Amino acid sequence: MSELSLLSSVRGHGDPAADVYGEHPPRMGFFTDTSLCIGCKACEVACKEWNQVPEDGLNFTGMSFDNSEGLSADTWRHVAFIEQPATDEVDSEFRWLMSSDVCKHCTDAACLDVCPTGSLFRTEFGSVVVQQDICNGCGYCVPACPYGVIGKREGDGRVWKCTLCYDRLGEGMEPACAKACPTNSIQFGEVDQLREHAAGRVEQLQQAGVLGVRLYGHDPNDGVGGDGAFFLLLDEPEVYGLPPHPLATTRDLPRMWRNAAIAAAGLLGAVGASFVGRR
Amino acid sequence: MVPEAEFSSYYGRPIVKEPTWAALDIAGYLFLGGLAGASSALAAGAQLSGRPGLARPLKLGALGAISLSLVALVHDLGRPARFLNMLRVFKPTSPMSVGVWILSAYAPAAGAAALVELVPLGRLTPLGKLGTAGAALLGPAVASYTGVLISNTATPAWHEGHREMPFVFVASAASAAAGLGLLGAPLQENAPARRLAVIGALTEITAVRLLERRVGIVAETYHRGRAGTLMRAAEALTLVGVAGALKSGHRSRFGAAVSGAALLAASACARFGIFEAGLASSRDPKYTVTTQRERK
Repeated sequence: MSELSLLSSVRGHGDPAADVYGEHPPRMGFFTDTSLCIGCKACEVACKEWNQVPEDGLNFTGMSFDNSEGLSADTWRHVAFIEQPATDEVDSEFRWLMSSDVCKHCTDAACLDVCPTGSLFRTEFGSVVVQQDICNGCGYCVPACPYGVIGKREGDGRVWKCTLCYDRLGEGMEPACAKACPTNSIQFGEVDQLREHAAGRVEQLQQAGVLGVRLYGHDPNDGVGGDGAFFLLLDEPEVYGLPPHPLATTRDLPRMWRNAAIAAAGLLGAVGASFVGRR
Repeated sequence: MVPEAEFSSYYGRPIVKEPTWAALDIAGYLFLGGLAGASSALAAGAQLSGRPGLARPLKLGALGAISLSLVALVHDLGRPARFLNMLRVFKPTSPMSVGVWILSAYAPAAGAAALVELVPLGRLTPLGKLGTAGAALLGPAVASYTGVLISNTATPAWHEGHREMPFVFVASAASAAAGLGLLGAPLQENAPARRLAVIGALTEITAVRLLERRVGIVAETYHRGRAGTLMRAAEALTLVGVAGALKSGHRSRFGAAVSGAALLAASACARFGIFEAGLASSRDPKYTVTTQRERK
């Protein structure tokens, strides 16, 4: 395979907007470098403020400094706090892992696939957004999301999640969380460039002797075709509450439809067979 | 004793979200939709073979079940007034979208089939025949697509069983329809219902066993808690129903009715059990992590 065709096949896979739009801007997304996160939660606040996301309980969870618990209809950025025993001599007694989680804006987005109203759609930037005037609250996207991101808002009945600040992107501005991040842990940009930058950052950290460095969601060959919002983690994904090998289950759908057709035919056959024999 | 699998988690919190669906609405629909679909198929056979006493309760039951289903489905929406938004698009990637279109063809057919049983249609009798035939052909699709609907999610107990789920569902639907037939038909016409009860029950028990073997560690969620109770009740009721149907279904009206009721209850228990197993498997991150680690 020539270099050009290899490139175009990779591009074709990582450019979900191309299926919907002809001319479109490059795919935009987040690279969240958790090695830079200081757990300030400015992203959570900026997101709530800009998107007018309602308050969803002022709880004390006892989970370190995390009181927003996880992504939901009313939490579109969530900072995880993990306290671990030290893994090397650099840390003294224990180490902090802090990570700002967000909707992954998957290349193969299960939520978008299963939405029966067309409310969830792919934007020209490659992100996945809910059209709130269409959503009828069927809730199918909620268990379909392999990351447990999208949720149903109590008292509203519709589903809500991160929009990658679609309104800001249209005006050439970066999303509110990235704008507010004081350490550049949340980096916004063209996904292709972010991937290149992330690979360099991994090398840099490994050379500095940091253990457990890995990228998460960057690989276009993973179960969701790669994420528009991917991460640099310092431990296994599940430690951060992330699925180790997420899958857009729609990939199994052709086989599932085939089995459903066989099962339906089998039911007809069984009913037919029930009429064979004595009265 | 198998040792508990080692896995990490974020304070034990779930990774995937559990469905927001109400059990009464959605597990109820899985049961009622299956009952309606398989009943329509059995009713058409009864009509073709000259068993009006078997066809009648099945057609009326199918219309009743699918009407209740539609109420439950609309009731479960966060915005019920917007239910027609389902008909904006047709998406093969969304089993719910496919299902809505199947239902919107099936429900009127089931209605026409039942209507001829209720009122003398006169010149419209062909409409009743068309409805009976249409409902019989679409009914099995109604019964089986729901297996795909719940399997096409990140819910471990459902997705890991996606190969077997449609077979479990149609088998459960077949025993439910057989149960309705036994409950409503005169003794001299219920032989097909008895045979379908046996086929449905054997298939369901086998398919559930295969599913539980396939899903690996997630099988726990089908054995423990509320789901476990429901699944055990389903199997016991199935066996009672089939035994009763074979022993006295042909000679005792009471025996046939009790067997039929047991089969209907068995199907309902199985659907609620599978639903609860799905919820339990979403709540514990262990099932998400271990199935994904094993898949890799």
